Amino acid sequence: MPDSNRWQGTNRVIQLREAGYSYGERALFRGVDLEMASGSFHFLTGPSGVGKSTFLKLCYGDLRPTEGDVTLFGSSLHDMDRDDLAAARRKIGVVHQDCQFLDHLSVEENIGLTLAVAEQDQLKSQANLKELIAWVGLAHRANALPPELSGGERQRAALARAVIMSPDIILADEPTGNVDWEMSQKLLTLLVELNRMGKTVLVVTHDLQLIRAAKSQVQARVLRISDRQLQLAGADL
Amino acid sequence: MSVFADLFSVFRTGGQSDRVVPPTGYTATLTLFTSGAMAFLAVFALALSMASGRLADRWGEELAKSVTVRISAPLEQVERQTKATVRVLETTAGIATVRVLNTAEQQALLAPWFGPDVPIDDLPIPKLIEVIETDEGFDAAGLRLRLQAEAPGAVLDDHTRWRKPLTVAAGRLRALGWVSIAIIGGATAAMITLAANAALAANLQVIRVLRLIGATDGYIARAFVRRFTLRALGGALIGTIIGMGAILMLPQATGDRIFLTGLGFQQAQWFMPLIIPVLAGAVAFFATRAAARRTLGRLS
Repeated sequence: MPDSNRWQGTNRVIQLREAGYSYGERALFRGVDLEMASGSFHFLTGPSGVGKSTFLKLCYGDLRPTEGDVTLFGSSLHDMDRDDLAAARRKIGVVHQDCQFLDHLSVEENIGLTLAVAEQDQLKSQANLKELIAWVGLAHRANALPPELSGGERQRAALARAVIMSPDIILADEPTGNVDWEMSQKLLTLLVELNRMGKTVLVVTHDLQLIRAAKSQVQARVLRISDRQLQLAGADL
Repeated sequence: MSVFADLFSVFRTGGQSDRVVPPTGYTATLTLFTSGAMAFLAVFALALSMASGRLADRWGEELAKSVTVRISAPLEQVERQTKATVRVLETTAGIATVRVLNTAEQQALLAPWFGPDVPIDDLPIPKLIEVIETDEGFDAAGLRLRLQAEAPGAVLDDHTRWRKPLTVAAGRLRALGWVSIAIIGGATAAMITLAANAALAANLQVIRVLRLIGATDGYIARAFVRRFTLRALGGALIGTIIGMGAILMLPQATGDRIFLTGLGFQQAQWFMPLIIPVLAGAVAFFATRAAARRTLGRLS
């Protein structure tokens, strides 16, 4: 069980208390206690099928724990209705391995859709949008449709969409799963930059090399799901 | 989100949010065709209702006119039987006024058939008495018996008795027209609900993505509602215009043939079908809104 007291800050954006999740009779994990402070950087690793993606979904309310409780920004998932959850998600940027784009909209429209959903000021947002697309290196691909992008470009576009609302938390599920090492490094650099801006980052990955590379750039806590428990990974990484 | 805010959002261009739902798919064609076909049928149902209404009104008006008593008696008895008939009529409950038609009036009645110069005094023309009923009406069978006793040559031409069922029938035909419109509205709602459900099921990925980026159920529902409402409105407008054109091309007639060929609208009634697209849009709005909220509730 991680020793959360070691970690910085008292401004906890995500808290899990005795949280567990089961698909029917099959428990993925249980009794998880975790606090993610604002501005912290976490990796979550473990073998395939142990529930890493499920854990991530609990962190943005896509799933509710079958036991215990998850708290986002001080509110329990059990007490949040669908509108509350939508409001919380606007403060959480999620990057999925499969990116999840609307394939009939261009890259720029997909990224900008987050602003439209939040009914942001269009003129101001449009400037931010261009700037952000340039930041992830996709200015030349802004009008392309998602199926026309390479794996790395899709991941960068997904990252741009995740951060355009300047969320407090970035959750990334295997963001480097479909890209080469060089692109993994670029994505990692972007995530580290965001963390330095004060964002809380949780990256789910089975890529230990990426974790090692990150540890040289940022103070990151590495968690591992093993034997249905969340553990703090040690020196083996 | 209130109904009015949702309704307002249908007609507000929302930039990217307009394009959230993919524009293609068979549900688009289905909604457009269904609302168009239903609007076309609704125009005819409305025309039937209007025509039946006019018919019922016309027959109703004629019911309020005179009932005629005809004196067909030998020439020397005509005067006596006329007076006796008038006496009987004046003492019959349910009769408001009794008036014997003069020669000029009878001549005018015959003019269409024999011309204006018919020598009415030289012909054995029956004497005619105009009778106006009260609202309660009179007992025709009792009156016939009394007339038979007092003036055997008097014949009560009680045409109201066969017109009344026709008026009732016309009224029911009018009601049938409105019932048809209600059924068409219900069928439209059912079909658009099916199409909306199919569209929602086909766009689960869109819903997932929108939820991922923080869209509320209201936002997601509005994207679908707007799409379906505008499609239904457009389809119904086309169907209504084609329906009105078809009505306009029906043969026009007057007089006795009006019942068979008078299906259509008159004067200001031509504006009435224009409400059909509005109703179709409203039906689509509420049907899609309910379907979207149901689906989104189930997916949470």
